[in-house]
Amino acid sequence: MMTSDTPNPLRGEIFEEDVELSLADLCRLCRVPAERVFEFVEEGILTPVGGSPGRWRFRGISVQRVYCAVRLQRDLGVNMAGAALAVDLLEELERLQARLRRLEG
Amino acid sequence: MEFKDYYEIMGVGRDADQDEIKRAYRKLSRKFHPDVSKEADAESRFKDLGEAYEVLKDPEKRAAYDQLAARWRSGQDFRVPPDWNQGGFEFQGGGFTEADAGDFSEFFESLFGHGGLGAGARRRPRHEFHARGEDARAKIQIDLEDAYRGGKQTLSLKHREAGPDGRPRMKERVVDVSIPKGVSPGQHIRLAGMGGAGLGQGESGDLYLEVEFRPHRLYKVEGKDVYLTLPVAPWEAALGAELTVPTPSGLVDLRIPPNSQGGRKLRLAGRGIPARTPGDLYVVLQVVLPKADSEGAKRAYRAFAEAARFDPRAHMGI
Repeated sequence: MMTSDTPNPLRGEIFEEDVELSLADLCRLCRVPAERVFEFVEEGILTPVGGSPGRWRFRGISVQRVYCAVRLQRDLGVNMAGAALAVDLLEELERLQARLRRLEG
Repeated sequence: MEFKDYYEIMGVGRDADQDEIKRAYRKLSRKFHPDVSKEADAESRFKDLGEAYEVLKDPEKRAAYDQLAARWRSGQDFRVPPDWNQGGFEFQGGGFTEADAGDFSEFFESLFGHGGLGAGARRRPRHEFHARGEDARAKIQIDLEDAYRGGKQTLSLKHREAGPDGRPRMKERVVDVSIPKGVSPGQHIRLAGMGGAGLGQGESGDLYLEVEFRPHRLYKVEGKDVYLTLPVAPWEAALGAELTVPTPSGLVDLRIPPNSQGGRKLRLAGRGIPARTPGDLYVVLQVVLPKADSEGAKRAYRAFAEAARFDPRAHMGI
């Protein structure tokens, strides 16, 4: 049995549910410039709430979408529209695989 | 170190032309891209592929590599030949492109990277301008009950931190982590400041725990929804019944409507994973037939056939 080095359990937050990110947070986490995020919003890969970039709030899942789009653009040479399509399809694929696991598992 | 056969990795012949190499790369990179592929070794395959392409697409590097490939085979123990650096090759042309050269293998590194020929200087130190520590990732397995009630798990984490001499070293640390109620499979628990230590005054990175659920004896999970297969007797399905049913949050009384068929889904709204928007619990009826293994049971089935006059294949028109 392992004993903990910390007196109290660490409290985490569910990144996809509990976390809201500002434009600056998102840029820092994904290591992309704000201009890149503007392009992602323009293309519909990200849908922040809030009227202007200064008040934008992104859901935690946005980080995963940005990472994925950035990597697909860099590694496969797809353009922004192609990356947007791929990100949507990959999420759909994930939902279907979860359903398949439930039905077959 | 092992000799890497870049032609084998890309699935092309030694005489492949540049177009063929490019096509092979495009095709395989889609197949093994870690964001796209679900194959377990996709990540390493993709890395190998990027490395192979980095060499084969650049005529200078390829020519130099070809001289070695004539002498070594894939997987053979390889040492850089003494004459390697004296052949007059200079890799100032192609250089490194978008690929992350920091991830290339020792084999590649020994030939074309730092300390090898020319191009090494282009390898830039990571996070030159970032003082914040690296974010770390790990997977944890939890039980469905943890997602309903919250739970605690003890984890052993390895992470890099600066030693007394300023050099990075691996340190192990055991921590208790509370599992937040409402988490569903594939989501991440973020532990702020538990990632890699920052440089200088920089803050530490965060630790992300990807949540997997252990298989459960009774329930299956899809997103935030939970499914329970409930065996029922034919008369319970046909006549309706009040049954006591297990759910992850405790026993409930469930009314089975009369004339239910096997496969019928009964939804208990909001009794799925208690996330901010809670999931639903679905009870899927599975009609189980008692065996006709006694005279009494056989008689009952025959009487039922007589009374029901039922043709389950009527819709087939036979």
